[in-house]
Amino acid sequence: MESLGELERTALEQLWDAAGPLTPGELRDRLAIGDQRGLALTTVMTVLSRLEKKGFVARDRTVRPATYAPVSAREEYVAELMHDALGAAGDRTEALARFVGRASADETAALRRLLGLD
Amino acid sequence: MILAAVLLAILAVLLAWPVPLALARSSWPDRAPGTALLLWQAIALAGVLSLIGSLLVAGLAPYGAHPVAAIRVLTGDALRGAVPQGTTTGSALALAAAILLGAHLVLNLVATVVRTERQRARHRSLVLLLSAPMPETPRTRVLDATAPIAYCLPGTARSLTVLSAGLLALLSEQEVQGVVEHERAHLRQHHALVLVAFRAWRIALPWFPVASRAQDAVGLLTEMLADDQARRTVPDPVLARAIAIVASGGGAPGVPLEDAAAADPVSVGRRVRRLVSPASAPRAVRAVVPIAAVALVVVPPVLLAMPSFTG
Repeated sequence: MESLGELERTALEQLWDAAGPLTPGELRDRLAIGDQRGLALTTVMTVLSRLEKKGFVARDRTVRPATYAPVSAREEYVAELMHDALGAAGDRTEALARFVGRASADETAALRRLLGLD
Repeated sequence: MILAAVLLAILAVLLAWPVPLALARSSWPDRAPGTALLLWQAIALAGVLSLIGSLLVAGLAPYGAHPVAAIRVLTGDALRGAVPQGTTTGSALALAAAILLGAHLVLNLVATVVRTERQRARHRSLVLLLSAPMPETPRTRVLDATAPIAYCLPGTARSLTVLSAGLLALLSEQEVQGVVEHERAHLRQHHALVLVAFRAWRIALPWFPVASRAQDAVGLLTEMLADDQARRTVPDPVLARAIAIVASGGGAPGVPLEDAAAADPVSVGRRVRRLVSPASAPRAVRAVVPIAAVALVVVPPVLLAMPSFTG
């Protein structure tokens, strides 16, 4: 059994890959591929409502059954994530403790020579 | 009380400028990062306590010989709606400054902690949605990115270590192990708590350049402490190589080095050099500095409370 967090990730990936908004049933069918047991519809609903609460998917209530679509494209989230992770966001990224910051080309060349890497 | 106010003010000035500058310039912290981190925290805490303390003592001086008695007189009069007897413009200003500064620092700390937590929560949810779990390594995620990246996300029960696919491709298995141990040490030793306090201090005192130096120094010391934990698992040269390779970006495309102006080249060099030629701190430093750190924090409250100074 995958954790709920991993299910959220695969569900969102399916929604990104889909041509348009999906109903919970359609999403369950897509998630069932490669998984013999399949998922209960209630589990899919739980995953979708968690994603909705976090602001990653939006529900369209005007149609029945309601459909779900990602709020933003995957690329936008990847850009935001990388912006933080690479330390380009200034003060904001102080929330993360990176293994090592980037050094200047001169300094790293000196270090690489010191360690015999080049 | 004037003697106490003057002594606290002298201590505040010393801790605001010459002492932290001397510490930032000295070389022993690289050899005893834990001791140096303790001293930085003591300087920050004692500096703030003595500054607020000296203003408080000066502000309370007209109302009584002892601060506690003076506060009783002050609040008693204030509750009756009367201006306490003996109040001067100077004492009122000092008292107001003490209260404002104290409130400013406390509120800033709370605001910084809340903002940092919110940023981490947002980043954590992005990481969980966009990265894959690393096989056989709990609480570790792999980002699908070519640049070599490694960092940790603290969280009470949900801390995460994040590595990029580029980092895994660039480093040997043992070097990766060193990186993972380094990040775990940050999480285990709760470095994020110290860092957020110094971050808040810098944000609260933008006109005070030493706060920014202190934040940089403390950040580097936590890196060295994490390196020292990683050294217990992987040999020093392996860790040094990992640091140098990641710092140089491994020649990863798409990430111009100019973007990394915020990165401090000196800190990378200092981390690598202490691994290449390790040395232990002078015995005097190891013996004296912890005592000095404790004494620094104890002195301001003692000056505030002791009748021989306040009487």
